[in-house]
Amino acid sequence: MQPSAPTLPVERSGRRTGGPRFLQTETGKGWLTISPPLLYAVLLLIGPIIVIITHSFWTQDYLTIDRTFTLDNYKAALTEPIYRDLLLRSLFVSVTVAFVTVILAYPVAWFVSFHGGRYKGLWLFIITVPFWSGYLLRILSWKVILGYKGVLNSGLLYLGVIAEPLNWLIYNVNAVIITLAHSWAAFAILPLFVSLEKLDRSLLEAAADLGDGPVRRFLRVTLPLTMPGIIAALLIVMIPTVGDYVTPRLVGGKDGVMIANAIQVQFGKASNWPLGAALAVSTMIIVSLVAGAIVLMLLGLKRLFK
Amino acid sequence: MTASPMIEIRNVDKSFGNFKALDTLNATIGEGEFFSLLGPSGCGKTTLLRMIGGFDTPSSGEILIGGRSMDGIPPNLRPTNMVFQSYAIFPHLNVSENIAYGLKRLKLGREEEEKRVREALVQVELSGLGPRMGNQLSGGQRQRVALARALVMRPKVLLLDEPLSALDKNLRAQMQVELRHLQRQIGITFILVTHDQYEALSMSDRIAVMFSGQIAQIADPKEIYQNPATRQVADFLGGMNFLTSSQLAIDGRHFNAVLPGIGEISGHLAGKEISDPSSAIIGIRPERLRIVWEGETAEHLVTARVVDRNYFGEVTSLVVGVEGQAGHLSIVETNDFGADDIPVGSDITITYDGDAFIIMQG
Amino acid sequence: MKLLPSPRRVLSTYVILYVAILYFPVLLLPVFSFNDSATPMLPLAGFTLKWYQGLSGNAAMLGAAWNSLIVGVSAAFLSTVLGICAARAITRHRFRGLGAASSLIMAPLILPEIIIAISLLVVLLGLGLELSLVTVILGHLLICVPYSVTVLVSGFEGFDPSMEEASRDLGETAFGTLRRVTLPMLAPSIVSSLLVTFTISLDEFILAFFLSGTEPTLPVYIWGQLRFAAKLPNVLALGSILIAASLVLLTAAELFRRRAERKMELRP
Repeated sequence: MQPSAPTLPVERSGRRTGGPRFLQTETGKGWLTISPPLLYAVLLLIGPIIVIITHSFWTQDYLTIDRTFTLDNYKAALTEPIYRDLLLRSLFVSVTVAFVTVILAYPVAWFVSFHGGRYKGLWLFIITVPFWSGYLLRILSWKVILGYKGVLNSGLLYLGVIAEPLNWLIYNVNAVIITLAHSWAAFAILPLFVSLEKLDRSLLEAAADLGDGPVRRFLRVTLPLTMPGIIAALLIVMIPTVGDYVTPRLVGGKDGVMIANAIQVQFGKASNWPLGAALAVSTMIIVSLVAGAIVLMLLGLKRLFK
Repeated sequence: MTASPMIEIRNVDKSFGNFKALDTLNATIGEGEFFSLLGPSGCGKTTLLRMIGGFDTPSSGEILIGGRSMDGIPPNLRPTNMVFQSYAIFPHLNVSENIAYGLKRLKLGREEEEKRVREALVQVELSGLGPRMGNQLSGGQRQRVALARALVMRPKVLLLDEPLSALDKNLRAQMQVELRHLQRQIGITFILVTHDQYEALSMSDRIAVMFSGQIAQIADPKEIYQNPATRQVADFLGGMNFLTSSQLAIDGRHFNAVLPGIGEISGHLAGKEISDPSSAIIGIRPERLRIVWEGETAEHLVTARVVDRNYFGEVTSLVVGVEGQAGHLSIVETNDFGADDIPVGSDITITYDGDAFIIMQG
Repeated sequence: MKLLPSPRRVLSTYVILYVAILYFPVLLLPVFSFNDSATPMLPLAGFTLKWYQGLSGNAAMLGAAWNSLIVGVSAAFLSTVLGICAARAITRHRFRGLGAASSLIMAPLILPEIIIAISLLVVLLGLGLELSLVTVILGHLLICVPYSVTVLVSGFEGFDPSMEEASRDLGETAFGTLRRVTLPMLAPSIVSSLLVTFTISLDEFILAFFLSGTEPTLPVYIWGQLRFAAKLPNVLALGSILIAASLVLLTAAELFRRRAERKMELRP
């Protein structure tokens, strides 16, 4: 408050609102309101990520960190066959899981949006509940289902369908993909559902009125207009799954190891933080590039149906 | 103008980035006046009202209430109260609690508070609805609660942001009468924001007509209707026939001109002055043109051809073409003599009130 | 007679199948937690409560449950407070940078958790902090806030901003308006946010795994037990309890959310 400000000149007495002029503007008030969560995110997310990026350019010798700039970690992360293979496999798994999830979820989102009626909320709740509960336990459950002496094998044996347990059910990439696709199924529904809800139904009626059948209506109206939802659903599944740690550990076996397992080793037993950091940063950069490429590809596809 | 000024708006500007929402507004609103801000949506009338209430701040300029600058004073410390467009009735409180909301802070004591709430309920004819919850009221009832909740604070100025726009037509007409009546009874300043010209004309002592952030004219309803300062104002408040003219001569507040197909006429300036005579335009309201029936004698006879006819029950609006006039003219005629039976395409004779021509800035 | 089922019927069947597969693994654990066999195999051996009985008096597990409770309650409370700030800014203010700021707050929703975990780990250890429940809470806050924001944004959107303006107009201060209008109107959303974030924290494994030090939360405890094949049935029993708890909490959250919606509805 400026010292020269006159005392309150209105009848209903009280204080003038004080504070610097900026905090009284719309922008100032907005920043002030959002600052606690924003500061938290800056301090505990952006800060640490910058620290990790910095670490990725250093080297570690047992317990001491050598802070001279080097690209050796990235060289190792991108060229050593073991890391390169893990990166490629993680990308393959996350991209596959994302597409499988979205393709399987789309009809469900469609059903809820178009035929859910007054039970839309209930449907969404029912579908998303498994996602919110028991991440670790869901994966454990798949281990129990797919295991050598698991539910599926023992069930099939009991029914006499097979003579001895199938050994290709678990401990491979397929098991990882199945488990992840199941885990993330519900999460993909939400953005798809939102974009389908935004779709003005009269547009479909207009397309029908102008002579399009159901398939062409879908390709020319629904698909392009729900593309933002499809892209969001793909990314929201793809990016987190690329770094999944538990699934490969529990059902992946030797053939299903992913990059997160290697990163964890560097921060645990191997104790090579800089290499672990470089692996993490490389993963994020590569998955972002792949995500960008997929988005461009889908936007190009959208233009195809006009 | 009435009594002493209650609100002074001095050079008020409001910009959002490059967009000028309000452009150097000046106005004085008197004590006990029913003042309307009239204009199309987006003209800045609501922004101005919210500034008076303290919900928006001017980018520059200042607003005085009761002679005191409101700069930096939040809404809760201003002697104004508002009836919001959405009414903003608290759904978690009942009607009495809604009305008592602001009183709670005044610490009047329970008896005085209850008395004021009771009086307010009577004032807006809602006695007995006190215990009803805020989200169980009809539109009209919510409007009355909003009014009572604001008036119970005994403000010096009551601000009304399109308070009737959510009501259906009959209820709206009834509330217009009641609001006007209420204002006369309590005698405080009312400032009404509306986009409905009939609402503004029928309720206000004075009206400010606004377009794109500027006040085009401030005057009493009759003046605004009869002497619109600009073509825009004329257009916004009912129909206006704009005429093609030649040999225009302006002399002070009077003018003479020749209207092709109509003849030589004279009239007066509607607004302050014509800054640019080349864009000035002559107009006449449709009800100041009349049909001359057979056997009737009249001056200023003009031959016109009926182009279109629109029936409105008690009146008929005829659209006619007059040779020499670029645009069609519209005539509003009561149906007493059979205006509703005139065939489209027929020729009729019309006349005009000789003192009804005005000239305004285009 | 139709040769082909109608598209609508095909779609309905698909959706029912989809939901069944979604629930199958989740419901499988409780089934085997009551199964009288040391390994989860078909056919079912018989009903027993012994795996649940085996849990009682397990001090390590009770300790982990207590830890989870502390972490969950703290994370739920703090993330809801931060979420109210963010949701309010997002719904009530328009300013340059709002988009970037809210994306940043929502970012943990889409980042791989392992990235968040190792980044935090390096910084916390670098600052010389001991890993403890506090560090787990710090981590959980990051991933809980976006969910709080989502729940609370719809809470704020559900009520007319002029309610708050009306309160100011009637003489109430900014704080008084928060107490008398905003919080009562938001109450169901706030409860919903508390329940959802508590569930997420209760459930979260990766961040707790990296940041918990010597004080495990329940999922970290379960992870440790998975090394012992003989303990699997007990883990299934514990897991079933956790799933049941999550279900109850989420259903409660949903009921509160609906109540919030109903509260805002106008009944003319």
